[in-house]
Amino acid sequence: MSENGTPHGEVVGTGSNGYGASAVRLDQGHIEGTGGLPERFENPGLPPHVARMADLDEKAAKRAEKQVATLFGLSSLATVGFIIAFFAIDKESSTYIPGIGDASLYNVVIGVLMAVALLGVGVGAVHWAKTLMPDAESVEYRHPQRAKDEDRQRVVSELTAGGDKAQLGRRPLIKYSLLGALALPPITLVVPLVAGLGPVPKDALSKTIWKKGDRLVRDPERTPIRADQVTIGSVFHVLPESIKDSEHVLEDKAKAAVLLMRLNPEDIKPKKERDWGHEGIVAYSKICTHVGCPVGLYEQQTHHLLCPCHQSTFDVTQDCKVIFGPAKRPLPQLKITVDSEGYLVADSAFREAVGPSFWERGSA
Amino acid sequence: MSNDRNGSSDDPIDRLRREDPQPEAPANPGMKAVGGVAGWLDDRTGAAKPVGYLMKKVFPDHWSFMLGEVAMYSMIICLISGTFLTFWFVPSAGQVVYDGSYLPLRGVTVSEAYRSTVDISFDIRGGLLIRQIHHWAALMFIVALSVHMLRVFFTGAFRKPREINWVIGCILSMLALVEGFAGYSLPDDLLSGTGLRAAEGFMRSVPVLGSYMSYFLFDGAFPGEAIIPRLYSVHVLLLPAILVGLFVAHIGLVFIHKHTQYPGPGKTNDNVVGFPVMPVYAAKAGGFFFIVFGVLALIAALVTINPIWAYGPYDPSPVTAGSQPDWYMGFADGALRLLPGWLEFTAFGFTFSFNVMIGAILLIPVMYGLMAAYPFLERWVTGDDREHHLLDRPRNNPTRTGLGMAALTMYGVLMFAAGNDIMAIKLGLSINDITHILRAAFFVAPPIAFWVTKRICLSLQRRDRDLVLHGRETGRIVRTADGQFFEQHEPLDEYTRWLLVQHDKQEPLQLTAGVDEHGVASPTARKDKLRVALSEFYFKDRIDPVTPAELAAAHHDGHALEAIEEAPHEEASRPALESSHRKPRKRP
Repeated sequence: MSENGTPHGEVVGTGSNGYGASAVRLDQGHIEGTGGLPERFENPGLPPHVARMADLDEKAAKRAEKQVATLFGLSSLATVGFIIAFFAIDKESSTYIPGIGDASLYNVVIGVLMAVALLGVGVGAVHWAKTLMPDAESVEYRHPQRAKDEDRQRVVSELTAGGDKAQLGRRPLIKYSLLGALALPPITLVVPLVAGLGPVPKDALSKTIWKKGDRLVRDPERTPIRADQVTIGSVFHVLPESIKDSEHVLEDKAKAAVLLMRLNPEDIKPKKERDWGHEGIVAYSKICTHVGCPVGLYEQQTHHLLCPCHQSTFDVTQDCKVIFGPAKRPLPQLKITVDSEGYLVADSAFREAVGPSFWERGSA
Repeated sequence: MSNDRNGSSDDPIDRLRREDPQPEAPANPGMKAVGGVAGWLDDRTGAAKPVGYLMKKVFPDHWSFMLGEVAMYSMIICLISGTFLTFWFVPSAGQVVYDGSYLPLRGVTVSEAYRSTVDISFDIRGGLLIRQIHHWAALMFIVALSVHMLRVFFTGAFRKPREINWVIGCILSMLALVEGFAGYSLPDDLLSGTGLRAAEGFMRSVPVLGSYMSYFLFDGAFPGEAIIPRLYSVHVLLLPAILVGLFVAHIGLVFIHKHTQYPGPGKTNDNVVGFPVMPVYAAKAGGFFFIVFGVLALIAALVTINPIWAYGPYDPSPVTAGSQPDWYMGFADGALRLLPGWLEFTAFGFTFSFNVMIGAILLIPVMYGLMAAYPFLERWVTGDDREHHLLDRPRNNPTRTGLGMAALTMYGVLMFAAGNDIMAIKLGLSINDITHILRAAFFVAPPIAFWVTKRICLSLQRRDRDLVLHGRETGRIVRTADGQFFEQHEPLDEYTRWLLVQHDKQEPLQLTAGVDEHGVASPTARKDKLRVALSEFYFKDRIDPVTPAELAAAHHDGHALEAIEEAPHEEASRPALESSHRKPRKRP
């Protein structure tokens, strides 16, 4: 390596007639063609080992030893503290911790002590390794990953010979029936699993428990709602009254939840929406047509419904059309009217499937 | 020893065993103890040989190699803390009235799963701590394995012979997401139940099978009572078994391949430079397990996670604003927020919900599929069939680094999108604007990230060249005798320099001929052309490492000129595509 030990400045300094005037040609050097320079740099090998404080100074080593022992000792102390705290502290006591706020004193104390017990061991061991254990690198050699050719050959010939000895090639009847015998039996496990998992949906996804004459009741109080209780700008979370007879409350609720709002009838643009409502009171499915979260946020001023999961936005003045977000279809409207006592009731079941889309939705 | 043998050979019974090797006398009391227990074991297993080999095994040292270790330890901590939780958790959706010590919930009808989780948090001593350790460790597991994966990608550690291990890692990473989702769905609180509600919606979007999948998984209508016990079995048995099995294969392959190492003086593609397991790595790695555990315990002691008692039990009708999944599901949730509604349409009376399916069903397998395929694509494009045990510095492979950053940017855009509501509230912005901008960013930002990253890499490579050729600026200004001023540059020592010049010169593949010797177009001509075009894309802006000749020229010249003049670059020196060497096949 010819450039070693030639300080750059020195070379530059010797050029008295300016730099960069002309390049050196390789064939002008001492050796024809390459100038005697290798194609690439050579790996210089491991750099000289630098000794640590603890390698040179017995005092430093002693200090490191004490530090490690202190950390290990701290760990043991913390474990003892943990056991005491575990039983001594009332687990319902709370305390104010700056930067955190009110916290469970019990959880904080046993957690911190557990952390100290673990960190003491861990930090101690790493410190021990870094200060006192040998830090001169070892070198291990690699070998090509592939096995030797003769080993590969042997595997192939053993396999072939094995096949021959089993007469696999000579007896095709066994060969092909074996394929079937190996491939098919797992089906005896898969079929019961899949068939036993659950019932076939049939048209269940397209139906809710709403039916004509079902009263609208508040969720969760389950009290019926009179039309005159619904003031303009108010919103009610609604369930069908028949939910009280349901044997599968959560499942029925997951489809039947409805939002009830009252708008100024002039604000409602589509005639169908006005007709399906009652004096500006309209009821819509609360289950988002995207992936089924409850559309829980109603903006009173703009009459927008917002789904908190993926921000689909529905405009109640336009029959809950999607005006923003990933949903495609409007929320289905529930046709409502009032009964003889002035309570709001469903005038019919939902006319379409509520909730997220599915393949056979349109055909149901 | 030999005396013993001779002495005992008089005994006729012992004479039968004369050829048996005599045990060596223990050198000191310590050896005796070890020989006692270990010897007993070795007599029965012959484990001394592999154990001795393992103890001497050398591992290279670098902070980034600890990322995989953090993932491994977090997984073990999840197993330990999870086992603890199974003793009290009741995986049942059966409805009960809560009467535990958390007053606000007294008298509320909740599921047994929810009640037992609240009980673990408030009535089991230390239960809250372990529950929080479990959740934090799960988050840490996925953080660590993701960053570990990035390290492996950007340093090219996935190259031959480690492609299989990369694929195993991809599967591990994907299953970890599912495992996490299954885990946080178990407590049956309002937030996780809403997540399951959405998951049911995802399933329905699958063409033809959607509603059947939903009914089979939930055993009927959502939510049903089956999903909690089924998820429980998946979460504590099925997935952990697969995860642990794959992890053992993953770590086993690391042993077989020996660990990769960063380039540096003394490090070659044929050696491993580092420290032996005994004692250094036993202490460092063993200690590190306790450090990871300790840090997780500290976080669990101080930071609440998933306070299900505040969310309340699951009920399909209410919902809270700001519903977000755990962080690792954020990108999929973000994709669902960005996908526009017009991707859903009906045709032939059937509903195609691509607005849901792309983000919820296809995104994760496609993303992991591309990730798993990358090593094979890169190998095809570069035509590089060598074994690589020396890592790339990311700057020395600008195209790969750029591609990685582009993918990461895409992921980041989706991740941000999952927080579009939070951003809108905290920053006072319009959620519509944020969503529109992120939709555009999904397509625009990755190419920009690619370009910027590549330029940065190339600049860093130029900087490396500059350092090698001109050394360090010392700040010392020297005036020569004839009045010239110059700053003295100090050349790099050979150890520092080696890191900057060690990498291989890269060349794109070249198509020497698309036709065989009879002038007939090669059957693979089109494929070859694509391969060459990709190879050109991959390598076109390369910057070669400094050669000794260039350094000599720079020393001679001292300024801009970096090359000794030589014959013009020979195109023929490029590696050619194998297919162009193929002999024309004889027609039968």
